[in-house]
Amino acid sequence: MSSDYFIPDPEGQSPSVAGYFGAFGGKFIPEALVAAVDEVATEYQKAKADPAFAAELDELLVNYTGRPSALTEVRRFAEHAGGARVFLKREDLNHTGSHKINNVLGQALLTKRMGKPRVIAETGAGQHGVATATACALFGLECTIYMGEIDTERQALNVARMRMLGAEVVPVTSGSRTLKDAINEAFRDWVANVERTHYLFGTVAGPHPFPQLVRDFHRVIGVEARRQILERTGRLPDAVAACVGGGSNAIGLFHAFLPDTGVRLVGFEAAGHGVDSGEHAATLTAGEPGILHGSRSYVLQDDEGQITEPYSISAGLDYPGIGPEHAFLKDSGRGEYRPVTDDEAMRALRLLSRTEGIIPAIESAHALAGALELGKELGSDGIVLVNLSGRGDKDMDTAARYFGLLGDDNDASGTAEGENA
Amino acid sequence: MSGTGGNVTLLDETLARAKAENRAALVGYLPAGFPTVEGGIAACTALLESGCDVVEVGLPHSDPVMDGPVIQTADTIALEGGVRIADVVRTVREAHAATGKPVLVMTYWNPVDRYGAERFAEELAAAGGAGCILPDLPVEESEGWRKAAERAGLGTVFVVAPSSQDARLARITAAGSGFVYAASLMGVTGTRESVGNEARGLVARVRATTSLPVCVGLGVSDPGQAAEVAAFADGVIVGSAFVKRLLDADTLEAGLDEVRELAAALAEGVRR
Repeated sequence: MSSDYFIPDPEGQSPSVAGYFGAFGGKFIPEALVAAVDEVATEYQKAKADPAFAAELDELLVNYTGRPSALTEVRRFAEHAGGARVFLKREDLNHTGSHKINNVLGQALLTKRMGKPRVIAETGAGQHGVATATACALFGLECTIYMGEIDTERQALNVARMRMLGAEVVPVTSGSRTLKDAINEAFRDWVANVERTHYLFGTVAGPHPFPQLVRDFHRVIGVEARRQILERTGRLPDAVAACVGGGSNAIGLFHAFLPDTGVRLVGFEAAGHGVDSGEHAATLTAGEPGILHGSRSYVLQDDEGQITEPYSISAGLDYPGIGPEHAFLKDSGRGEYRPVTDDEAMRALRLLSRTEGIIPAIESAHALAGALELGKELGSDGIVLVNLSGRGDKDMDTAARYFGLLGDDNDASGTAEGENA
Repeated sequence: MSGTGGNVTLLDETLARAKAENRAALVGYLPAGFPTVEGGIAACTALLESGCDVVEVGLPHSDPVMDGPVIQTADTIALEGGVRIADVVRTVREAHAATGKPVLVMTYWNPVDRYGAERFAEELAAAGGAGCILPDLPVEESEGWRKAAERAGLGTVFVVAPSSQDARLARITAAGSGFVYAASLMGVTGTRESVGNEARGLVARVRATTSLPVCVGLGVSDPGQAAEVAAFADGVIVGSAFVKRLLDADTLEAGLDEVRELAAALAEGVRR
């Protein structure tokens, strides 16, 4: 069996039977969900062994999503990166505008195999919600999306997109009213409706097998990028960079480079107003091991295990947890994780827009800000490969407010709110 | 059962006595720190004085994924009031000391994991606690906790669900002590119009695997439902209905009167 786009993990890179990557992972779920989670794991194992599954997914990834996604060298942007060469893996060009569709199509096919007529999902920035609503429209599945109330406001365009696609969007008003709380509410729905519902989890966190299967569906990002950069430059990059919230686009890019020990894997997490400000979502920088949403990983928490409320200008990174495989990569030293503030990300967003004509998602702009730093460290011989995980259309309201683009003043380059901070 | 300090034996005896009286036990639940730490202690004590045989003290959590809106709201109030694990332990101590009845803690796993399982077990036992219910700690991950609990003389109550397969039920009940918490339906905590037929079948399947008492929770809110469940279970667990009485009351005193009244009515229900 050979598949060009569905390329699950090779032997030796799977989690343990209990779902652990080193000390992280596992399955901390209520008994009511054990049967359903085990069913997902069993069905996924069967699907992996079924050539018809890979063939169907490949066909969708090519003819629906538009894979392979482009690799774009950004020369004018790179002038600000110490002269290093910078390449963008263009997941923003996928159908629906982000990497999320890779995982969603895989899990939608699993949903069909399990015979479940209904899908639920959480979303932060709305990209996973839009992708899920899209797949549900395509496959004729009922769809309910849970989204923190704050995120429904800052990502209003994506709420409209989901509703246009026929999904029900439920604003979540508990807790910090962001991604974490949307996941809590989705779990509550799942417990009550598990017999006919699949929880189409959107990132590489959650109970086993989600960290593994979501990663497998995104592995295509790194597999393609590795091939493309070798073709274009004749060598591997010095570093691959991605933003990390839950960590799905990052693990998708990193995974194919794991055996290439000369390639640094660098994740950039949201530092909000700064790691020292207390208002951030820098889980690997400032968190401690704990359990959130079904697995052991790093978590932002207080000294008695209460989860603390994260903050980021980016709805997609505004999460107090992180996928367990990233926790493992951090502790093993194979991965590096660094914080990027709101201001640094927004400056990178504007820079890419104005030097390359590509408006990135605020999430992805964290990786771009990180790439500017990495490029300066590597110097003019360096090559940095960045995952441009999503496009920025959804963020124009936030960006317009941030940069003061609203109103009559056409000179939008002006000093922005917080820009000199 | 052999540990020191904790009151698992008192829990066993209490449930055995109810059985000898040919009735189901009444188990009440309230979160600690709600509406205040002192108010929570008064409320837990009121439940035990007014008809509950056992009380579960909830450890409020920031992310109560298995709870419906009523308990979520109470947890938020407790956390905003600054409740700490020491307050939860004190609630157990005072409610037990005032009544001599068994008091357990119900908590999500992360607070215990972070606090340290042994430290938590020792402090709970020293306070006179009878055991712990850990609804998101699956049996596969529970060995470390169970050793600490057993050393401290605490019971470990596992939750089972209608979706649990028979082989899993056997594995879970073999690891548990005190009693088995059978979720009456697939869903989060909260009052329900009816307590589904699923509960009866689940209790029968659990009994086939263990001689531990089987208590049924989720959705039970009134004496009629309590009587219905008491016909086939060893205990009836009521949480959200008590929490809602306290939430809806204008004053703590009025709330305490309400929960006393409900506890007495439910105690009558389990004796029908």
